[in-house]
Amino acid sequence: MMVQPATEGTQARAQSPPGRLPHLLLLTPALLVVVALFGGGLFMGLLQSLGHLPAAGLKNLSLAHFGALFKDPDFLTSLRLTLYVAATATLVATLISVALALFLVRASRLNRLMSFLLQIPLTVPHLVVAVAMIFLLTPTGLIARLAAWLGLSDTVQGFPLLVNDTWCIGMIAAYVWKEVPFITLMILSVLGSTGVELLDVGRTLKAGPWQRFRFITLPTIFPSLSAAALIVFAYTFGAFEVPFLMGRTYPMLLPVWAYKSYSDVDLMARPEGIATGLVIAAVVSLTIVLAHAILSYSRRRGMVL
Amino acid sequence: VKAPRTLRPLVFLLLGIAILLPFAPLVIWSFSESWFFPDLLPARFGLRAWTYVFDIAGAQIVSALWQSVAVSAVTALISVTVGVPAGRVLGLYQFRAKNLVAVLLVLPVIVPSLSVAMGLHLWFLRLGLTETAAGVILVHLTFCLPYAVFVMWGVFANYNPDFEDQARSLGASTLQVISRVMLPFIWTGVAVAGLFSFLLSWSQYLSTLIIGGGTITTLPILLFALMGSGDRPVAAAVSLVFVAPALGALILTTKSMGQRNLTGVW
Repeated sequence: MMVQPATEGTQARAQSPPGRLPHLLLLTPALLVVVALFGGGLFMGLLQSLGHLPAAGLKNLSLAHFGALFKDPDFLTSLRLTLYVAATATLVATLISVALALFLVRASRLNRLMSFLLQIPLTVPHLVVAVAMIFLLTPTGLIARLAAWLGLSDTVQGFPLLVNDTWCIGMIAAYVWKEVPFITLMILSVLGSTGVELLDVGRTLKAGPWQRFRFITLPTIFPSLSAAALIVFAYTFGAFEVPFLMGRTYPMLLPVWAYKSYSDVDLMARPEGIATGLVIAAVVSLTIVLAHAILSYSRRRGMVL
Repeated sequence: VKAPRTLRPLVFLLLGIAILLPFAPLVIWSFSESWFFPDLLPARFGLRAWTYVFDIAGAQIVSALWQSVAVSAVTALISVTVGVPAGRVLGLYQFRAKNLVAVLLVLPVIVPSLSVAMGLHLWFLRLGLTETAAGVILVHLTFCLPYAVFVMWGVFANYNPDFEDQARSLGASTLQVISRVMLPFIWTGVAVAGLFSFLLSWSQYLSTLIIGGGTITTLPILLFALMGSGDRPVAAAVSLVFVAPALGALILTTKSMGQRNLTGVW
């Protein structure tokens, strides 16, 4: 995906043509919608998480709900678990993507069938990925049946628990399946254009395979790779569908916890649910700003095309 | 080191299997009548689930299908209409606040919609927008519109406005310049922007639930209910219906536009 379209600069003008000033006017509707709905949503959420109740007005705003949140051991457990899942999924997806991109670039050209296959996971909604992974990985799922058919394990108990499990293996698998193509295509867009020629230069200068990877490939792909990884981390950290369907009832992942508190019959839990949503938004926003900074810094240095 | 030639097809094969494997249980379950563990394949295949989806439960599922289509189509239409002018400004001109605008637009795409929807709910409640299609469309616009803007930004970065000046010097009106010069150049981009917004709105679950309050039952809302009910064949069939537009779009765009197209949706 694009934190900012890369192919810029050829036609971009220094300023608008003289005599006309259509810029901001044309940009206003879009910005208005985003500021009103996105900004408005976060702001209204903030008010409520600070203790504002529609009936009581704006009195008694306090950080009590946030304070209660960070003292709640269950919240902290959820936070740790969410960080673990997001970080592990990102790490595994990144490693596979680098290997895959290197392989695909070396296999001379990404052929049409391969590029079509690689785009399939990008189009499948997370909800369907979760459903498919459940049908695949539960103790009565397709893989367990395959194992039984091969004579590896013939009981439900004989198959390891991969969904609703302690280590969130199924959840991580769902994210990895979904995000590997995204990271791979991000890397390939950089590697395809510059990587190959530079590697030839490296080869003529007698650089070994590891040296070529370490000093040519890695620096070339690093900005895109880290930005892609941060985007994946941010997304995984805040996603709801996959942990809702594949997670345990305790401990929950943070987005599930946020929604559960928000929709609790006990209305007092609602502000804490919203506060949790804002904590998630803050973590995600910081990650994205970091990704954006890395990309625009390296673009200014001419490291990303 | 060159990858050994024999290894190459093997890796391709493994990759193909890894990508397609999750679809296998969906397809098999949707055509199964009875499938007990540890049988590898169902004891009986049949069309029960599909008949159920389109006939018996038809009213409910087809209605969900239409609500999904309607909400996503309107969201996409508004996203593109508002997104094209914004993308034009961002793609063609340099200005100081551009970086800030970029960050402002990228945040709604990735900040989870639950954070926004929970806050919006109270506001929409006062405006009478909860449990209405309009409210759901508005909350979907929060992230679909920025997405459309990004696509159009990329399109306009490769667009040459000199043609417009030429048309204008030949006496074309603004409307003619837009319809005869600009639109023919950017229409594939517009289609992709519309498609992305449509698919993004199509796959929304939680924001629809929070703002729609269960009154607006789109396909994902129904699918969650089905997963809870434990009817695997029907859940599998609905999953396939749910994923169909995106896959169809992928096949269509691969044919008409070649390589880089759907790389943005994830």
